[in-house]
Amino acid sequence: MTDDTRDGHRSGGQELSRRAFIKTSGMGTVAFAMGPAYGAGQAAADEETETRLEAGETVPITLHINGRSERLLVEPRWSLLFVLRERLGLTAAKVGCERGECGSCTVLLDDVPRYACMTLAVEAVGRRIETAEGLMDGETLGQVQASFVKEDGLQCGYCTPGQVMAAEGLLRRNPSPGRDEIRHAMSGNLCRCGAYAHIFNAVEDAARHRKG
Amino acid sequence: MAQEKEGIEGQIPFTQAPDAGAEGEPEAWGERTRVVGERHPRVDGYERVSGAAVFPSDVVLPGMVYGAMLGSPHANARVKSIDTSAAEGMAGVYAVISRNTGDANPAWSYGGGHQGRLFEDHCRFEGEAVAAVAADTPYRAADALRAIVVEYEELPFVSDVAHALDEDAPGVHADGNLAGESEDGRGDVEQGFAAADVVLERNFRVGSQMQTPLEPHGCVASWDGDRLTVWESTQGVFAIQGELAEVLDMPLARVRVIGHYVGGAFGSKLRTDKYAVAAALMARRINRPVKLFLTREQTLLTQGNRPATLMTLKVGAKKDGTLTAIHFEGTGASGAYKAGGTSLLDWIAKDLYRCPNVRTHLKDVYINAQPARPFRAPGYVQGSWAMDQMMDELAAELAMDPVALRLKNIPDGSQARDDKPYTTDGLRRCIEEGAAAFGWQQARAAGKGKGVAGKGEGHVRRGVGMAAANWYVGDGGPPATVILRLYVDGTANLNMGASDIGTGTKTVMAMVVAEEFGMDPDAIQVEHADTATTQFATPSGGSKTVPTEAPTVRRACLAVKDQLMDMAATQLGRPRQEIRFAGDRLETTDGLETVAITDLDALKNQKVVVGIGERQPNPDDVSITPFAAQFCEVEVNTGTGEVRLLRMVGTNESGRVINRLTWDGQLVGGVTMGAGFAQTESRVLDGPTGKLCNKSWHDYKLPTALDVPDEVVSAPVMLNDEEANIVGAKGLGEPVTIPTGAAIANAVYDAVGVRMLDTPINPETLVARIDLQEGPQ
Ligand code: FES
Ligand code: FES
Repeated sequence: MTDDTRDGHRSGGQELSRRAFIKTSGMGTVAFAMGPAYGAGQAAADEETETRLEAGETVPITLHINGRSERLLVEPRWSLLFVLRERLGLTAAKVGCERGECGSCTVLLDDVPRYACMTLAVEAVGRRIETAEGLMDGETLGQVQASFVKEDGLQCGYCTPGQVMAAEGLLRRNPSPGRDEIRHAMSGNLCRCGAYAHIFNAVEDAARHRKG
Repeated sequence: MAQEKEGIEGQIPFTQAPDAGAEGEPEAWGERTRVVGERHPRVDGYERVSGAAVFPSDVVLPGMVYGAMLGSPHANARVKSIDTSAAEGMAGVYAVISRNTGDANPAWSYGGGHQGRLFEDHCRFEGEAVAAVAADTPYRAADALRAIVVEYEELPFVSDVAHALDEDAPGVHADGNLAGESEDGRGDVEQGFAAADVVLERNFRVGSQMQTPLEPHGCVASWDGDRLTVWESTQGVFAIQGELAEVLDMPLARVRVIGHYVGGAFGSKLRTDKYAVAAALMARRINRPVKLFLTREQTLLTQGNRPATLMTLKVGAKKDGTLTAIHFEGTGASGAYKAGGTSLLDWIAKDLYRCPNVRTHLKDVYINAQPARPFRAPGYVQGSWAMDQMMDELAAELAMDPVALRLKNIPDGSQARDDKPYTTDGLRRCIEEGAAAFGWQQARAAGKGKGVAGKGEGHVRRGVGMAAANWYVGDGGPPATVILRLYVDGTANLNMGASDIGTGTKTVMAMVVAEEFGMDPDAIQVEHADTATTQFATPSGGSKTVPTEAPTVRRACLAVKDQLMDMAATQLGRPRQEIRFAGDRLETTDGLETVAITDLDALKNQKVVVGIGERQPNPDDVSITPFAAQFCEVEVNTGTGEVRLLRMVGTNESGRVINRLTWDGQLVGGVTMGAGFAQTESRVLDGPTGKLCNKSWHDYKLPTALDVPDEVVSAPVMLNDEEANIVGAKGLGEPVTIPTGAAIANAVYDAVGVRMLDTPINPETLVARIDLQEGPQ
């Protein structure tokens, strides 16, 4: 199964793959645990769910997320946000509106901030997807994340992973943004707690420290 | 530098635990403290920035399916029939419930004496629940909703607060549209107006503002036999537990509510709503956890608002600025059910500035729209919009400085609470210290109505404005219990049921513990917001969490310290009176012997010391009240009506500053929200249909990163309110947003001489008013 379902450039991937499988079969959402990409033995092992299989509704895809490859079956209408959160357990990207208005779902696609709610999972194939989880080095926060903590660029924290990704995207293309550039880069991310002034401080702090 | 800090810290006395059985309050912290008052990053900052924090909407459980609600699309309609058969037969659909599923339609009350059902036959507002489904994906749940066929009989509706009481207005309820009426007052207003040199009267209209927190309202419900666990996005897990137990007719001990994180609330998540009941009922029927979060559109339709409000304010004053009379009339819309349409609406008018003769009259009305919910400083934000603009106009009329006029009318006590004396002179200090921090005199002299050099003379104009506020709920109080466990290695676990709604509650409490034990706040594990495992707390709201919980936490610390002193006395062979605290050590008062907390034999033996704190009642002969003042500078483009906020200074007297970092964050957030109230946020209900027009964030405009001032300065009044409680702190979350709207409106007036009496300050209206006054630009 490992070879079938993973591009396998990291050996640790097997475990995640299995966990993802257990979770999906446990959910009773069999459609994409059961596609033709999986071996017959696998399908037999999950016979109970196979009877409810609607393979026609799903397609096999591979997503490159935080440096790993994830192969899975999705309905073409599923958003990248849904797949990240509910299928892969990557819940840093948040649901705010699911219609491209708030930015709480912001991820990076090839280094550019994108709304994961407005991106279909099938559209993200072949792109480098990064979420806030991917900015961590083990249990150590990335620089932008550390600066958000230090400057208190948050209150409830719900918009925060999205703000962090927007800031990360900004600093990758512009390592020394001015205050106005920061404002514009962050203007696609709503914060109802209104932490903006502290968010700007956090982005400035991150820019200072990234340069070293 | 480190040494210098050591030296300073060396002079700060450690607080001692009162002798066992001693009467009276423990000694207050001194002027200077070690941890308290510092800028400390959140103890849960890591979780909130990394994605590790599990918000209720992040919960994924084995076997979980996805719920969704169907709402009525009409402002007022009767449900004639519902056909759910197509939905029930769809692939992936697990449950469909509606009024047709009799065992899944329990009694439900919106409060205020209402008795209804989960799924009503008569849907009195757009979005009112009609059915719910659960399916294996949210997509299939949405498919199922679309397959439900509902036949409605549309009914006449009323959606405008101004017409709710018209003779011919359709009745939201059989007994008419007056939901409640109240009067208050003192003195003799007629005499007061007769004695005035100047009398002004104005009508104000405030649009309905919606809380719309970033995390939608919703929950995950999971059964284990007859035990229910709910992960709810809430401000108070115990309130939700009580509500669900009542609706589902279950013992409290069988309902567990967990709400470790909540993605914003602002008053809209003090109670739960029909979604949680539907999720629990469906989960029980299908023996699977159900995750049910509303769509953004549904949250705007059904999950709370600050009522649309009409106010008429008449004020009289002497030539020297002394107020002689205030007459306030207010009408606010509860919505389709009684929900506090005018709650606290007249408090600013009757309490903030000194005035012997006051009359207020409030009418709460029904309209065909969702029930209101408390929204950050309910009533006060609307009242301030009227009262503090009126003070500004009065100042202009009397040719007085607006600051001087307010300082002329500072009361010594709370006039709305029998003149009970305030514990501080906070209002005066906020106004004076804020004016100084802002440079009010210079800014007034320089700015007034003048064009801005380099921006086209006369085209873009600057102005400055200010407003002040108090908030009567900022005292906190019982009930509250916390438990502190001090471990054998000197670290601690704090068990407290209160939610941290983003205000930094957990961090503040950790700092209180750290202050008492001379430890790092990060050495404290905070366990909170779970009805099964943490201590009872009331919901976090009304700016009462810090004044409620912080003194309680301190009491728990003192209870631990008390036991440690006994342990040290035994170990060192000295009487208890000869033992004192010295940070993480105890020593004899002669300084000869000392023992580290972690070296106490008794602690090593028993592994843990447990201290319980209970919130004691407040003194009842004083008014424990936080105060605020805000000063702002705006730029008005007279060609487009655009108002840009340039800078804002916010001064707050909320007693002791515990965490300066999150304190400043509160101000920054309060100003942003207040700017939304004044400039962009207002619900629009369509005239012909009564339906919500701005049911998305595209159309309902929240302030963005481009709309907030370049400069927001938090300048707290540094004082410790020792009469308030044993930490000297009062509430902050609402006072930071109350005066913002009026301060902005006053600055607009200062810039262009136009007084905007309605929210939001609409650029088109503003430019039309400017043109009317000056002729087109
Ligand atoms: S959830 Fe994607 S923009 Fe709001
Ligand atoms: S921190 Fe709460 S919405 Fe941004």
